[in-house]
Amino acid sequence: MGKPTGFLELGRKTPARRGAKERIEDYLEIYADPPEDAIRAQASRCMDCGVPFCNSGCPLGNIIPDWNDLVYRGKWREALDRLHRTNNFPEFTGRICPAPCESACVLGINDDPVTIEFIEKTIAERGFAEGWVVPQPPATRTGRRVAVVGSGPAGLAAAQQLNRAGHRVTLFEKKDRVGGLLRYGIPDFKLEKWTIDRRVELMIAEGVEIRTGVHVGRDVSGPELLREYDAVLLAGGAEAPRDLTVPGRDLAGVHYAMDFLEQQNRRVAGDGVPDAGAILATGKNVVVLGGGDTGSDCIGTSHRQGAKHVYNFELLEKPPEKRGEDVPWPVHPAPSQILRMSSSHEEGGSRDWAISTVGFSGTDGRVEKLHGVRLRFGPPDPATGRRDMQTVAGSEFTLDVDLVLLAMGFLGPVRDDMLKQFGVGISERGSVATRGYATTVPRVYAAGDMRRGQSLVVWAIAEGREAAAQIDRELSSDSR
Amino acid sequence: MSQPSVPERQGLYDPRFEHEACGIGFVCNIDGRASHEIIQRGLQVLVNLTHRGATGADAETGDGAGILMQIPHAFLERECASQGIRLPEPGDYGVGAVFLPQDPLARARCESTLERVVGEEGQHFLGWRDVPVHPEFIGETARRNVPRIRQCFVLRGRGLDAAAFERKLYVVRKRVEHALAADGVHGFHVPSLSCRTLVYKGLLLAYQVKKFYPDLADPAIESGLALVHQRYSTNTWPTWERAHPYRYLCHNGEINTVQGNYNWMRAREAVIRSGVWGDDLPKVLPLVDASNSDSGKIDNVLEFLVLSGRDLAHAMMMLIPEAWDRDPLMRDEKKAFYEYHQCLMEPWDGPASIAFSDGTRIGAVLDRNGLRPSRYWVTKDGFVVLSSECGVLPINPEDVKYKGRLQPGRMLLIDTGEGRIIPDEELKAYYARRQPYRDWLRANLVKLGDLPARLAERARDAEPDRKTRQKLFGYSLEDLRILLAPMAATGGEADGSMGNDTPIAALSDRPQLLFNYFKQVFAQVTNPSIDSIREDSVMSLISTVGAEKNILDETPEHARLLELAQPILSEEDLEKLRQIEHPWLRAATIDCVFDAAGDDLPSAEASLRRALDRIRSEAAAAVRGGASILVLSDRAAGRARAAVPSVLATAAVHHHLCREGLRMRCGLVVETGEAREVAHFALLIGFGAAAVHPYLAFETIRGLVDDAAWVPAELTPEKAAYNYVKAIGKGLLKIFAKMGISTLASYRGAQIFEAVGVDEGVVREFFTDTATRIGGVGLGAIAREALMRHESAYPKTVDFERELDIGGEYQWRRGGERHLLNPTTIHRLQNAVRKNDLGQYRDYAKAINDQSREHYTIRGLLRFKGGSSPVPLDEVEPAAEIMKRFCTGAMSFGSISAEAHETLAIAMNRIGGKSNSGEGGEDPKRFTPDPNGDWRRSAIKQVASGRFGVSSWYLVNADELQIKIAQGAKPGEGGQLPGYKVNRWIARVRNATPGVGLISPPPHHDIYSIEDLAQLIHDLKNANPRADVSVKLVSVSGVGTIAAGVSKGHAESVQIAGFEGGTGASPLTSIKHAGVPWEIGLSETQQALVLNDLRGRIRVHVDGQLRTGRDVVIGAILGADEFGFGTIALVALGCIMMRVCHLNTCPVGVATQNEELRKKFTGDPEHVVRFLRFVADEVREILASLGFRKLEEIIGRTDLVEADPTATHWKLPNGLDWSAILHRPTPPYEGVAIRRTCGQQHGLDKALDVELLRLCRPALENMEPVELSLPIRNVNRTVGTMLGSALSLRHGLEGLPDNTIRIRFTGSAGQSFGAFIPKGITLSLCGDANDYTGKGLSGGRLVVFPHPESTFDPAQNIIIGNVALYGATSGEAFFRGVAGERFCVRNSGARAVVEGVGDHGCEYMTGGRVVVLGGVGRNFAAGMSGGIAYVLDPLHAFPELCNPGTVDLERVETDADERELRDLIEAHFRHTRSERAEQVLEKWATTLPHFVKVFPREYKRALLGIEFGKENY
Repeated sequence: MGKPTGFLELGRKTPARRGAKERIEDYLEIYADPPEDAIRAQASRCMDCGVPFCNSGCPLGNIIPDWNDLVYRGKWREALDRLHRTNNFPEFTGRICPAPCESACVLGINDDPVTIEFIEKTIAERGFAEGWVVPQPPATRTGRRVAVVGSGPAGLAAAQQLNRAGHRVTLFEKKDRVGGLLRYGIPDFKLEKWTIDRRVELMIAEGVEIRTGVHVGRDVSGPELLREYDAVLLAGGAEAPRDLTVPGRDLAGVHYAMDFLEQQNRRVAGDGVPDAGAILATGKNVVVLGGGDTGSDCIGTSHRQGAKHVYNFELLEKPPEKRGEDVPWPVHPAPSQILRMSSSHEEGGSRDWAISTVGFSGTDGRVEKLHGVRLRFGPPDPATGRRDMQTVAGSEFTLDVDLVLLAMGFLGPVRDDMLKQFGVGISERGSVATRGYATTVPRVYAAGDMRRGQSLVVWAIAEGREAAAQIDRELSSDSR
Repeated sequence: MSQPSVPERQGLYDPRFEHEACGIGFVCNIDGRASHEIIQRGLQVLVNLTHRGATGADAETGDGAGILMQIPHAFLERECASQGIRLPEPGDYGVGAVFLPQDPLARARCESTLERVVGEEGQHFLGWRDVPVHPEFIGETARRNVPRIRQCFVLRGRGLDAAAFERKLYVVRKRVEHALAADGVHGFHVPSLSCRTLVYKGLLLAYQVKKFYPDLADPAIESGLALVHQRYSTNTWPTWERAHPYRYLCHNGEINTVQGNYNWMRAREAVIRSGVWGDDLPKVLPLVDASNSDSGKIDNVLEFLVLSGRDLAHAMMMLIPEAWDRDPLMRDEKKAFYEYHQCLMEPWDGPASIAFSDGTRIGAVLDRNGLRPSRYWVTKDGFVVLSSECGVLPINPEDVKYKGRLQPGRMLLIDTGEGRIIPDEELKAYYARRQPYRDWLRANLVKLGDLPARLAERARDAEPDRKTRQKLFGYSLEDLRILLAPMAATGGEADGSMGNDTPIAALSDRPQLLFNYFKQVFAQVTNPSIDSIREDSVMSLISTVGAEKNILDETPEHARLLELAQPILSEEDLEKLRQIEHPWLRAATIDCVFDAAGDDLPSAEASLRRALDRIRSEAAAAVRGGASILVLSDRAAGRARAAVPSVLATAAVHHHLCREGLRMRCGLVVETGEAREVAHFALLIGFGAAAVHPYLAFETIRGLVDDAAWVPAELTPEKAAYNYVKAIGKGLLKIFAKMGISTLASYRGAQIFEAVGVDEGVVREFFTDTATRIGGVGLGAIAREALMRHESAYPKTVDFERELDIGGEYQWRRGGERHLLNPTTIHRLQNAVRKNDLGQYRDYAKAINDQSREHYTIRGLLRFKGGSSPVPLDEVEPAAEIMKRFCTGAMSFGSISAEAHETLAIAMNRIGGKSNSGEGGEDPKRFTPDPNGDWRRSAIKQVASGRFGVSSWYLVNADELQIKIAQGAKPGEGGQLPGYKVNRWIARVRNATPGVGLISPPPHHDIYSIEDLAQLIHDLKNANPRADVSVKLVSVSGVGTIAAGVSKGHAESVQIAGFEGGTGASPLTSIKHAGVPWEIGLSETQQALVLNDLRGRIRVHVDGQLRTGRDVVIGAILGADEFGFGTIALVALGCIMMRVCHLNTCPVGVATQNEELRKKFTGDPEHVVRFLRFVADEVREILASLGFRKLEEIIGRTDLVEADPTATHWKLPNGLDWSAILHRPTPPYEGVAIRRTCGQQHGLDKALDVELLRLCRPALENMEPVELSLPIRNVNRTVGTMLGSALSLRHGLEGLPDNTIRIRFTGSAGQSFGAFIPKGITLSLCGDANDYTGKGLSGGRLVVFPHPESTFDPAQNIIIGNVALYGATSGEAFFRGVAGERFCVRNSGARAVVEGVGDHGCEYMTGGRVVVLGGVGRNFAAGMSGGIAYVLDPLHAFPELCNPGTVDLERVETDADERELRDLIEAHFRHTRSERAEQVLEKWATTLPHFVKVFPREYKRALLGIEFGKENY
């Protein structure tokens, strides 16, 4: 099937990005859509493997070889069906997934992997453009009701699956708009928000009831939900950020990245952000602490706001540019295991690694300086794999800064009233404890970052789907 | 009937699997003059065929030999008189040769019964004569079981003519047999009871016959004819009664369709009516003795037909018809004869040379494909000798009138009453004209095209829609994309690679079609598979449907059947049948559906059983009501009803109707949504269906075309359906051919399958007499699986999944079928060997070994028994010792890259294991070690059917020579390397032309039977006396008995490959559906070898998806000494199971010849070494835990394992039945080895070559010319080969200067004359030679010409046997006379001149030159892709005889061609003094235009490419 020799004839070609100078003038997506032929040519590089590691590497189990083949053959409609079979929202993952599938691509053993992610996005967008993506309300209703708390990718996927299975689904969202991190965490230049609206409209048409601005645990209690619904799925994310407890942390100008990013997303969406609480990089020396995706989003956003200079410091050492022996193919390297150059890095700023921030100082309660020191790492401990970290004597330095953004990851779900009211158990890692997706409380389930801890959108969708399947199974067997 | 000494069915051993083959012969005086000399000459023939028989563990006990003669009246009269019996005139009495029990009481019972029945049948018992015997001259085993042998005499009753008397004697015999069997008396057997013939036979070696029976030496014993037989059986049971000749015939070969023939004969008993039998008919039923061998069964039928009044020759033509329907040269009257007789009986199909006699007429017939040798000489004084070999009697050359051979499908008949030989043409014309068969057919036989078209009766309802139906029948996306689309698009089946690593159906968690529980059985050794493509002239898909009539009659009404040209019916075809309105055909449709309620196994089982009961009784009622066509339909499946698995419905009805005596009154047509791939249709037909309408497959293909999915946009629905039917037809022929069966008519109902994982009770009831050996799913699970499919079509909860199931059978998919090699295991293993990380290996091994929850393999369900006391690990033999037992799989250079191939060889040489060259030859550069001490030479050199690069030099550079009979991925099939893959490196080692495709034929053309295999083993042993010879078989029911035959044939090792194994490209259906897991075959092999005391002298090697140390230990426990790793060794080297080996696009450089891709190969010998060390260490740990210090201590110790009670599966509430696999046979006597303890005796010291080596020492050592003259006989086999081997060893690839050694022989040479002789040796033979002359010729020269005193025309007489110059790679051969079938098959470089050839000349030839100065048989140049043949064709008959598939026919026009041809003919004249050559040369200018140049198209293209410098390979 497919074109057996495609990979021998063609190299990997990703779609062009708009020029860095041009794109930092706006918040629109940075990729230009290539012509259909080019996409089909890229799809022809897929080798139709006997053991497609991509299929295994994708948390959703996307049947990548099948839709690559269909795209190569110009069978877009079938490709869309095959894609939707495993993925509710390919228009999201096709844009913002770090693509573990491509890390696992067999062609990647000794060549550049197939441009799986972009093919995915193209299939999805083609589907919308052709009008193939239409509401799929269930033929019959089961009479069961399920509450889904949290409208991030996990909650959305679960709600869609459960609704399509015939259950009545109400999706609760504490904010004013649906989408969770997709909406307020990820900048528009990576994911324009109309894509979320478009999907949500379909879900509403399918019969999902959406209640935004309802904070479960505050506006409505856990016990109330359990009275009204046959099952409750908690998909509230892992929103508690990791803090940096150093002197000067309380100075103005030191913020959590998520607060910064949410504001900009609201501005782009047309919401006014009051000047009082506004966090802006315009004209400032910005330091982003943390070398992950959130940090990178802060860099891109800062440049768009007109920062003077953007620094990016990471605690760990600079990772190798190619995957090392410790992460052989087909393992998906963690951010610390391979150097990734995101589009935001291309747009400017300076990156540095192995830096520990020991404090901030400033005047008038405003941050002015960052105090840092360089680190040296020892060999990995054979038992734990951890590496001993020591400061380098005499490497202390000071940097002038106006804005510090803390992008150092998340600790887990916010331990608020909701979790207390439901009384669900908490795991050692600080997430909601589950067996499968069932919490310690009957009829209460958890999925996504709330269960798994901070992770990828693709994992959130996968969890939402699997949790929905478990809920559906248990509701159905209940009725017998 | 059977003697108490024959073991019952036990463990995996089943007497049904036994095979036999042999040497046969007869002698007679054409005028029937009786003489003692005839007997003596018959016995001499027998002695000279000794090497075609075999002995068991007891070298003095043969497999059986005997002689059939006319009743020697004078002798018997004298002998009887001395005992007080007065014999009447000849013809007025019958003689019985009777084997009786030694026990006096039992014997008395037998004798009195016989005497009583004779009286009851109105005859007079005259008395008994003790036949004098000398047991002291025979083997120990035979002696222990010798019966009491007596002759009895019966006086003809009043009023009976000779024919009626003979019938009465038959009735007497049958009655006595039935009566004694009913009384439980064993040891009674009647070799003959006749007023015409008498048999002397026994468990004897040829030379013992005369010594054992002193009667035979008495000059008074006389006969005008004698039929003799020397048996080679795959067992060693002392079975006196199975010696041939039988009562009418003796047989060399194998009836592949015997199970079906037997079933049909049983079914026919219900419609047999005959005036001649009158009230006696019930007394003789059943006609066929179920315990008989295939030869015994066909003898039973022949005997019955002849006694019923059908002429002997007529009956043989009915049983073994010629290939008629595709023969453009056959006269219509003969075609009509055969077409009419197919309405009476299906062919008994398989390789067969059958000699037969009724006491007056004696003859022989050959199967339609000519797969056995039969040579005959007729002398000027009216004497005929026919035998499997020529030269079996010393006859002066000047006395020979002519020398002939039986040709495919032809008959030789001598009527001693008429005193003449009746030529085949005359004989068959006589029978063809006896009745106006063509008129009868025209008036009665209905063809599908004759029937009026009908509209579909059932409105094609919207419900279920296509997708629902697809789910109902378990369609997956793979079925559409991988199976159906290629068939619809190309008319052929899709290929795959890398074997099968999914669970067997019974262990799969997914609902499996019942089809998947049945595996095809295929031919290995005892019956050659056929090339259904290049030898399609013998293949046929024609069958008939309707009510068959009494086979003893011959009326126009017998043809009142429907003839189908092929078995796949379109909807229009089916409706024609279903709504047929015809005076003698009526159809009834039976709904094969069952109630879809039933959630658990018991309730599902109950509703399926109710349905089956209904279906069977409706079928029987319909037939009783006059229906002659039953349509078994699952169209009614829908929301409320699930489909009964179609093969279950078909087999259930078939066997039920058989039992009810109704089967011959109707044909079965199956209308099903289930069948889609070739294997499915094969199963339906194999269990009795005449035709199938796969409505959903057609509908699905229609959908593929509508969507243009995976099929070209320009494909029309009509063309797609046509392609699909074509693909299925081709695939079916291939499946038939795998078993050596040529026709659908004889495949139908032949049940050539083994069930794997089906409960024995289910098989007994519905699939009666099919092998099933590990128990398995019952009706409950079968029903549940159908209901699971039903639920996915009609889900009880709301449906998430609208698309079809993902499948995952052919390619791993998340959520699809499980694979042993999946992303996790591949990744862990590669990490482990790259980092030398034992921990990762343990993780890998655990994922495979621990199958308590996820089942993959049968062995996974076993566990080691506890309770033994462990030994310290350091006391266990070192890993290095264990690794010596490891081999890598046979993978050819060509299938994998040079890098991968050499890396494997280096790795195995480092650890003292063995790598395997595969069948593609090997670059001689690799025979010398590298400077760093590594060695790239493969220790095992494979000899496969293609014989690529198999030269003397290749053979001497091996430690083991492996004869590949079959491979796991596609047992019974040949292969093809397309021209674009034959690059210059591959071409070099395979002796081929770059760019020219290469074909591996399905069979070895020098192995059509077990004695042929023994001959090839002998040849290879001669070609390299220091190397062990091994034989590779594939696991399937009966493999144990083949292995026993292999051990008797003196191989040092036998390999049992699991069906799952195999790395090469094969049709997907072969990967999945042929053969069985190695656990079963290995265990059967061990049991059969031990039971026969043949285990001690042979090693047993197992392979097929071996993955871990635990696998090795289980293999040893089940009986293996050695272990092969194929796939997994490649994975260690970087293979990631792309399964695209057949596409040449392997992205990691393992299985590709693409230079760019080969650069990507990153494997290292250490990867393989580390992997095997991990495996060996794991073996050591298990040995230590079990309390053993050496691996050899656990070989055959099945008592060390037991079923793991924690490994349960929902389909198998009672688990699997381990009793057969874990059975430890009781050896026949004490001291029988259960593992290898000694070697084989080849008898090379007795070879003529010992003398040749001595005499040729000056040439070998000092290159001095040597000339010799010696006599030669047919018992001198493989002459010159050891000499050649010594020459190659000393002088290498180059050999010696031409003619350094010249040996002149006089006489008849045995088989394999001059095999593999290298350059420097010239053997010339004055006389004639047998089969395989010049096999593997490697540069030497062979010359054969008739004795100067012969008076016959050499160009009209046969001089060498079949399959001459098979696989020759270079050298020259000149034969002044006619060669048999398949002259120069697979020749890749030799130049040869011959004066006539049989069928299939130059088949698969890829190089060399052949000149034929006389007639050729049919199918010349089939599959010929290289070399050139020049055929002298003055009568312009050649084009019709040539297979035009791959060649062009041209004139000899260029000077170069003319010079080449003339040179060859001049050389022929020079060497043989051929008159024919002389005439041609004299009239060169006028003869030249009569030569046809047979020029393969690919070869021509390649030559032009080379000439114009366009070569880009």
